[in-house]
Parts: sequence; structure tokens; C-alpha cells
Amino acid sequence: MSVPLTLLGLLEREPSHGYDLKRDYDAFFGRGKPLSFGQVYGTLGRLARAGKVVVGESEAGAGPDRKRYVITQQGATEFEAWLTEPVEAEPHLQTVLFAKVVLALMLGRDAEHYLDAQRAAHLQRMRELTETKREGSLVDALLADHGLFHLESDLRWIDLTAARLDALAEEVRA
Amino acid sequence: MSATDENECLVEARDVVLSFGRTPALQGASLAVAAGEIMAIMGPSGSGKTTLLHCLAGILTPQAGEIHFDGRRVDTMGETERSTLRRDRFGFVFQFGQLVPELTAEENVALPLLLGGARRTAALKEAGTWFERLGLDGLEKRRSGELSGGQAQRVALARGLVSRPEILFADEPTGSLDSLTGEHVMDLLVTAAREQGTTVIVVTHEPRVAAYAGREVIVRDGKVSSFSAMRMDS
Ligand SMILES: Nc1ncnc2c1ncn2[C@@H]1O[C@H](COP(=O)(O)OP(=O)(O)O)[C@@H](O)[C@H]1O
Ligand SMILES: [Mg+2]
Repeated sequence: MSVPLTLLGLLEREPSHGYDLKRDYDAFFGRGKPLSFGQVYGTLGRLARAGKVVVGESEAGAGPDRKRYVITQQGATEFEAWLTEPVEAEPHLQTVLFAKVVLALMLGRDAEHYLDAQRAAHLQRMRELTETKREGSLVDALLADHGLFHLESDLRWIDLTAARLDALAEEVRA
Repeated sequence: MSATDENECLVEARDVVLSFGRTPALQGASLAVAAGEIMAIMGPSGSGKTTLLHCLAGILTPQAGEIHFDGRRVDTMGETERSTLRRDRFGFVFQFGQLVPELTAEENVALPLLLGGARRTAALKEAGTWFERLGLDGLEKRRSGELSGGQAQRVALARGLVSRPEILFADEPTGSLDSLTGEHVMDLLVTAAREQGTTVIVVTHEPRVAAYAGREVIVRDGKVSSFSAMRMDS
């Protein structure tokens, strides 16, 4: 999650105080990892120095929280470009799962047991996400689904790999 | 120590063996399911999941091993006693709803009650309560040909649960549905089962469906994988 670009996106809605940005970030993107005020103002400061936001006049009461941040044309252009650019489609070839299976086979360890344990851990996580989905809001469900689909594709790979362990063992030990 | 030791075991397969002619389907499968549990049976196609489910449900008789339900041997019971058990205490849902095409949706749901000797008006009234619960309002008089896949599967689910069975056996209940509809059916199934304390054994090869269960086992080559999965304590 890119904090600067996400904050730019929130500012693209309307000029906002740092406090409002933190609140909305935490609500929609934080997922149990809220931003500190230090991160919020630090990021906004860097965005301002780069010309992507400008700081409005202090309102009555002063203090940092009384300032309103406004996105600039440069900031809006950068945000727009980021938003429409697809994320790099990773081939996922060097995941830790892959490394563990290959190393287990090279070292003659029980790769099947590892895959069974991993399958159980994946399913346990899928259960938790499913429960979140059943009880949470639509935003929670959307995020849970993203996780579920990723875990599901890992599981497919785990099953396929489990079915090919003997052949794989021959290849990596050759 | 297995998770079921602490709880009352409702249904259990012990070293079950069953072959179809020369094809071995189960080769010493053991599984214990506690009362109130929602259990997923997973595994590759042809591994013996359906055969195991049918043995547990008293539909097939194993050639060796034992099936226990609520303290009774099912595999040695006579056919009459077994069909009474299936009718009075078990519910079933299959991949394709298998609704009776000549009957309306409502009559399909009422069927287990009618077969159990309930009066028609009482049975239809009870069946009717399930239509609202499962979001099927207004479809009571339709025949199966006039229902979408997801609607038909929800009608089948209502029929599986209408007699308030102690245990529901479901074989790929979402297998013919797209994933969103399938998940909706699973969500309803789990909600209804939890509400009335029904034990559920659901066969599925889809992890997203299995994730609605509290625990899963994997069937491979006619055996239940010995790897004991973690259990959610809820
Ligand atoms: N009625 C049957 N007649 C002959 N072979 C069968 C029959 N039912 C299942 N089998 C065989 O038994 C094995 C297990 O089948 P099944 O329990 O249906 O597997 P799963 O449900 O896991 O796909 C397979 O090899 C299958 O071909
Ligand atoms: Mg099957």
C-alpha cells in the first residue's frame, strides 16, 4: 500500500485536514495498522516539498491540525497515472513456498508433510477471512475476497506440487 | 488426541473398505465427526469422497470396517431400519439439487415431511417458512424448470433441512453454481445449520467452500489423510 499515493487520492476528493486523512486512511486502508500522525504529517510535508500538494491558510485556532491540504495539478496527474496503471503481474515464482519445497526435496526432507501443514495453515486463514466476510461490511468482504483468491491459488499450486513430488525430487536432486 | 475426543462423537467411520468391482474406492478410511461440527471432506476427484459420504449416511454398506451413528452400528443394520434413520434423522443435499420436476418448489421442500407422515397442510406450512429464510419469497409455486441454478440449489437446501435433521450430508452442494452464488448457498447453509445445531458433512473440492466449515479432512486414495488440521474453536 503506497501511503503517499493513497493520501493524494483522498485529497483528490476534496481538500482535507491531516486529521480527516488519517481517519479515512485508517477506516478504508489501515486494516489494523493505523497511520501515526507523524507519518501523516511527514508524508504531507514531503508531498508539499515535491509540489504535489499545497498547504492552505491556517484557520482560527492554529496548530498543525488547522491546516487544510489541497492537491496540485502535478499531484493529481501523478495520482491519475498511478490509478490507471496496472500493477505488475508478478509471476510468483520465487515465493517462500516454492523455496521451501525445493529445499526440502534437495535435502531429502519430508516435503509432503510440509505441504500438508501449509495447506492446513492456508485453509485456517481462509476460514478466518470467510468469517470476516460473513460478519463484516462490504468493504471488509472485498478485501477478504482478495485474500481468499490469493490463498486459493496458492492451494491449487500446493495440490499440484504434492501430486508431482516424486518427479520433482528426481529433478532437483539430479 | 483428535479434536473429537473431547466432544460427543455423532458419526464415525472406522477403517472402512469398499470396492466397486475391482476398483478400490475406500481403503481403510476413518473419520469421526462431533455433534454440531461443520466438517468439510476435501480431496482430488476420484479419491473416494462421495463413497465415504454415502457410507457415513448409510446409503452404501462397506465391505469391511464399521459405521457408527449416535452410538449405533449403521453398517450392520437392516435396510428398513436404515431407511427410517435416513428419513428421520438425516438430511441430504447433492450437487444437482435433484428436485422432483413434477412438484412445485414448495412441495419439493415439504417432501421429507410428507414421507415422514406429516399432513399436507402442516408440511406445506413448515416448508413455506424456509422460503423467506433462504430469500426465495414468491417462488413457492414454481417448478424446478422455472428456477435458476442458485434458486434450485437453495430449494434443495431447504428440503435437506426442513425435517430439522441431526446431520446434513452435502455432496458438492455448490458444484454446479458460479462462485458468488455458491458462496451465498454456503453462507445460508452454515447460518441455518448453526441456528438449529445441525451437524454438517460437506464434500467439496473447492477451498473457498471448505472455508465455511470449522474443520477439514483430505481424502487421498481412499484414505483420510492422517494430517490433523487445526480446528477453529467457535
Ligand atoms: N458406482 C460406481 N461404480 C464403479 N466405480 C465407482 C462407482 N462410484 C465410484 N466409483 C469409483 O470409486 C472411486 C471413488 O469414487 P468417488 O467416491 O465418487 O470419488 P470422489 O467423490 O472423490 O470424486 C473412483 O475411482 C470411482 O471411479
Ligand atoms: Mg464425488
